[in-house]
Amino acid sequence: MTEQEIVAKINSSLAEEFEYDLAAMTPETTLFEDMGLDSLDVVDLVIVLETAFNMKVREEEAIRKIRTLGDIHEFVIAKKRQLEGDR
Amino acid sequence: MLLRRVVITGVGTVSPFGRGLDNLMDGLLAGRSGVVELPALAEITGMRTRVAALVTGVDPMEIPRKFRRSMSNMSVFATLAAQDAVAMAGLAPEQLSSGRLGVSIGSTTGSPQTMEEFFREFNADHSLERMKSTLFFHIMNHSCASNVAQVLGVTGRVLAPAAACSTSTHAIGYGAEMIGLGKQEFMLCGGGDEFHPLTSGTFDIINAASAGFNDTPHQTPRPFDARRDGIVCGEGSGILLLESLDSALARGADILAEVTGFATNSDPGSIANPDTACIAQCMRLALADAGIEPGQVDYVNAHATATEQGDIAECAAIAEVFGAQTPVSSLKGHLGHTMAASGALELAACVEMLRRGVLIPTLNLDQVDPACAGVLHQREVAPRRVDTVIKNNFALGGVNSSIILRRYV
Repeated sequence: MTEQEIVAKINSSLAEEFEYDLAAMTPETTLFEDMGLDSLDVVDLVIVLETAFNMKVREEEAIRKIRTLGDIHEFVIAKKRQLEGDR
Repeated sequence: MLLRRVVITGVGTVSPFGRGLDNLMDGLLAGRSGVVELPALAEITGMRTRVAALVTGVDPMEIPRKFRRSMSNMSVFATLAAQDAVAMAGLAPEQLSSGRLGVSIGSTTGSPQTMEEFFREFNADHSLERMKSTLFFHIMNHSCASNVAQVLGVTGRVLAPAAACSTSTHAIGYGAEMIGLGKQEFMLCGGGDEFHPLTSGTFDIINAASAGFNDTPHQTPRPFDARRDGIVCGEGSGILLLESLDSALARGADILAEVTGFATNSDPGSIANPDTACIAQCMRLALADAGIEPGQVDYVNAHATATEQGDIAECAAIAEVFGAQTPVSSLKGHLGHTMAASGALELAACVEMLRRGVLIPTLNLDQVDPACAGVLHQREVAPRRVDTVIKNNFALGGVNSSIILRRYV
């Protein structure tokens, strides 16, 4: 999976879950202010990512620092690389 | 007896006839049936009934995701009905969030659909890792009440009575009492339920669900009819905006009807089988609460769900209290049994019968069961001045309830 494909999958998964306009999603889009998510949504966001990429990230410290879509893209790409390196 | 007079100034309905009171009344007056065949029920081992009265014509997407995420269908129905009731009553946002408006809306259980989805996942591997954050808000017993309060910005009391088929009559009665006591100025009252095979199954297991008209669903249920064979489960929501008379007059609201009496009692004789004496006592208590005699009631809106025992017990009780001169009908033939919504949906129709001066008959009542004789069955749509109505609901669990409406004068 290329980084572009990962970004596209993240965006489409979150757009579907949170009924957000895919075209308006940029790396700078903030989860709380722009997308209007709250603490409950963040729980579901983690489930969406875990399901989409078949990985466990709920207990990751880095996930608590995520503020933008770009943060998610970087986090997932790094996590996938780490998982692939582990194999 | 209420210490302050309580009136109805708004009504919202989501029913098998769609959203809105006019759609409900159009269906009832035209003698339509909201019952359809549900082939999926045939795939359930042991399920004999294959009919249900499902809500049509609503779009959950009207509700913003922020609110909708915590809703199952029953809360969607209740929210849309509550919005319509508030709009009809002409309440402003500042009145909704004044603390003087409360919510009294119940359901039979929390969402059975969400419960099923949870346990399907949970039983697969005993894992919580795929569970969404909003799951609890679907399955909590006060889901309808809380979701309505969230959407409308209500800051007053939130109450969620649960007594199966008596739920929304309770919700309305307790709401009226809160206003009567001066604890709240307005109460959004009613109930909501969503269809799930568990509901039909509950009645099918105890041989109380209709299974003989699966290929002609519009012919069932058949309250009081000789060929009746049980309940048809339905879904929907009815919400009434109750208000103190003083408040309604002060703001120049259109007063639709007055709630003058409410009673509920328990039948400890059986958790399932209705008892004529207990039902009669419940109606007498409601009459006493309203301070009227049986002869002052113009119409009895029966609970009558088309079960063998229930219809007979209720008919005998009505005959005992009211004799054979007061018209009686059940709206279950049109709407099926909408469970926790039935009291409020049927009371909404009673409000309109009062206002329009018309009586709605029992659908599918072709030949009165001799065991259900002794009362004056309303057999056709008929213009008639109606000043006072009594509306019954009786629930599994031995919970009876009756409410009395009067034309406001």
